[in-house]
Amino acid sequence: MTDLPRTQHIIASGLVAAVGITVAYVSYTQEPAAAFLFPRLISTVFVVLALWTFGKAVLGHTKVGNGLDRRSMMNILPGLIVALIFVYWAAKQLGFYTASTATFFILLSLYDPASHNEVKSWIKRVIITAGFLAVMYGLFAKLLNVFTPREIFF
Amino acid sequence: MEFLAYFGDVFTPINFGLLLIGTIGGLILGATPGLSPTMAVALLIPFTFRLEPAQGLILLGAAYTSTVAGGAVSAILLKIPGAPANIATTLDGHTMAQKGQGARALQLSFLASAVGGVFGVLLLIFLTPVLAQWALAFGPSHLFWLAILGVTVIGSLDSSSVVKGLLSGCIGLWLATIGFDDIMGAQRFIFHSSVSGGINVIPALIGLFAIPQVITMFAKGRKSLDAEVLTVERHPIKDAFREVFSRTRALTIGTLSGSIIGLIPGVGGQIAGLVAYDQSKKMSSESEKFGTGHSEGVIAAESANNAMVGPSLVPLLTLSIPGSPTAAVLLGGLLIHGIFPGSDLFDNYPDVAWTFINSMLVGQILMCIFGLYVAGLAAKVAQVPNAVMAAVVLGLAVFGSYSVQNSMGDVYVMMALGTGMYFLERFGFSAAPLVLGLILGPIAEANFIQGSMIANATSSVGQYFFTGALNLTLITIVVASIAYSAWMELRSRRYTTKDDAIEKEEALS
Repeated sequence: MTDLPRTQHIIASGLVAAVGITVAYVSYTQEPAAAFLFPRLISTVFVVLALWTFGKAVLGHTKVGNGLDRRSMMNILPGLIVALIFVYWAAKQLGFYTASTATFFILLSLYDPASHNEVKSWIKRVIITAGFLAVMYGLFAKLLNVFTPREIFF
Repeated sequence: MEFLAYFGDVFTPINFGLLLIGTIGGLILGATPGLSPTMAVALLIPFTFRLEPAQGLILLGAAYTSTVAGGAVSAILLKIPGAPANIATTLDGHTMAQKGQGARALQLSFLASAVGGVFGVLLLIFLTPVLAQWALAFGPSHLFWLAILGVTVIGSLDSSSVVKGLLSGCIGLWLATIGFDDIMGAQRFIFHSSVSGGINVIPALIGLFAIPQVITMFAKGRKSLDAEVLTVERHPIKDAFREVFSRTRALTIGTLSGSIIGLIPGVGGQIAGLVAYDQSKKMSSESEKFGTGHSEGVIAAESANNAMVGPSLVPLLTLSIPGSPTAAVLLGGLLIHGIFPGSDLFDNYPDVAWTFINSMLVGQILMCIFGLYVAGLAAKVAQVPNAVMAAVVLGLAVFGSYSVQNSMGDVYVMMALGTGMYFLERFGFSAAPLVLGLILGPIAEANFIQGSMIANATSSVGQYFFTGALNLTLITIVVASIAYSAWMELRSRRYTTKDDAIEKEEALS
């Protein structure tokens, strides 16, 4: 195992252990005790297993999971940021259809292997995005009658 | 033979139309690399809200069945398995296609899938009513242990690390306790208003299965799919029929091993295909031909992964314990209609239960017929760039999660769980036990509390939960599955797991 995944394993298992300890602490300190009987049971097992995993990561004995290499992280980052902005801000503020159209087009532009210098590929992206919007609108607004936030435009 | 009484219900215009849509759509989705059967079924759930329970289940069941078979199309024509279940098909199927026998390989694959699938569904038909009646004898302590069994078996068998698998199960069980306690009404772990009503299972399922796949597609960057679709030449279907039924050894091994593996919670189709392929190779008189485009390899693998589908639903429909992630998603599809599986399903909703099961039987035949016709189209769809697939899946996940309760909170939870799951998966954690924990958590807790009350009134908690033949049997299975997996892990000769299968799939693609 190289140093990068080992450090990553320590951070990941450390975070899981922190969650486990927090869950156990809340379970054993909150009242009424009867409501936390089952959480106490599972959080105890949770903490034991999480600390075991954390210990193995610290000692470098973790055998499963390859972590994330720098290249994958760099590939993921722009798409993930766009997706998070879409879900946690744009969908509500701009409306689902406007936001999802913009997100679709941006993701397509970011990850489509076709050249960015050709007009033809941009036209293709616009057509695919328009097709996606039409299908989503037809399915959710017309067929399923789902009333999504429609702040600007529609 | 109660199922025969409801057979006609499958052929009403709406039901049959949904069966066709589910089958053809499933075949196309199944051929698309990265769209697993579980994810396809999870994304389809929002479309079933407005349907009758039986209609919704028909759509989901057809999609489940045909996505498994559809994965063979890209495995054979592109050398990219549509799902981990089709990895073994690639070994001989693609070689056959390279030799100009693509049509023959596809025909053998769909015919073998149909034979295996029909056998699996017949097993489901004859086993479920018997087991459902037996399940009536289960009390709170047994149901508690069954729920724990569901989480631990999948946690230990489905993951490459027993500890991380069980830890994933614990995270799922904890997530299930978020919200208001049912008995005291106390608030538990409500750290954000989005989770004040607890975590809704459907958005959680969509997030846990779809978002990691979207991020995996992002991770590949601006990579084009270099795989070339091999052209398919005509091949008489009569010959394929004759060949499938002349290769009885491979067909029997595939069908039986797939059915048995399907009955074991947590094992799944990817393993069924590989085990059947391996066993057929060992028992074949032409074992040296395996891997060189031998039809027995395709027949064994494909009959096994479809034979697994029916039996994998037995624990769900009888004991309310989903035996696989896809069964867990189907449970979500039942719960949104207020139907709880088990004896209640067969006693109070026999029309729903039997129409659904019968539709799976008819679906196997439709899948075989249409599979042969839509294979070319499915192979083209399989070449859709990652960028388009990622954006489409993200859009469907967001709209689908919102449509459950028209709540942005569900969308936030879906995205948070999905993003978290992607990173956890990179470090060896697994979504399947987490999902099972989330679904079985309320069942485990309700029966634990109920059992504790009974125990306090009659005997001690220890005596109530740890004595009795059934309790001890269930505890023994829980301990044995963990011990077996730990032993295999220590010896580093662990049984093929989902992670191994995915690694092999990645290596192939």
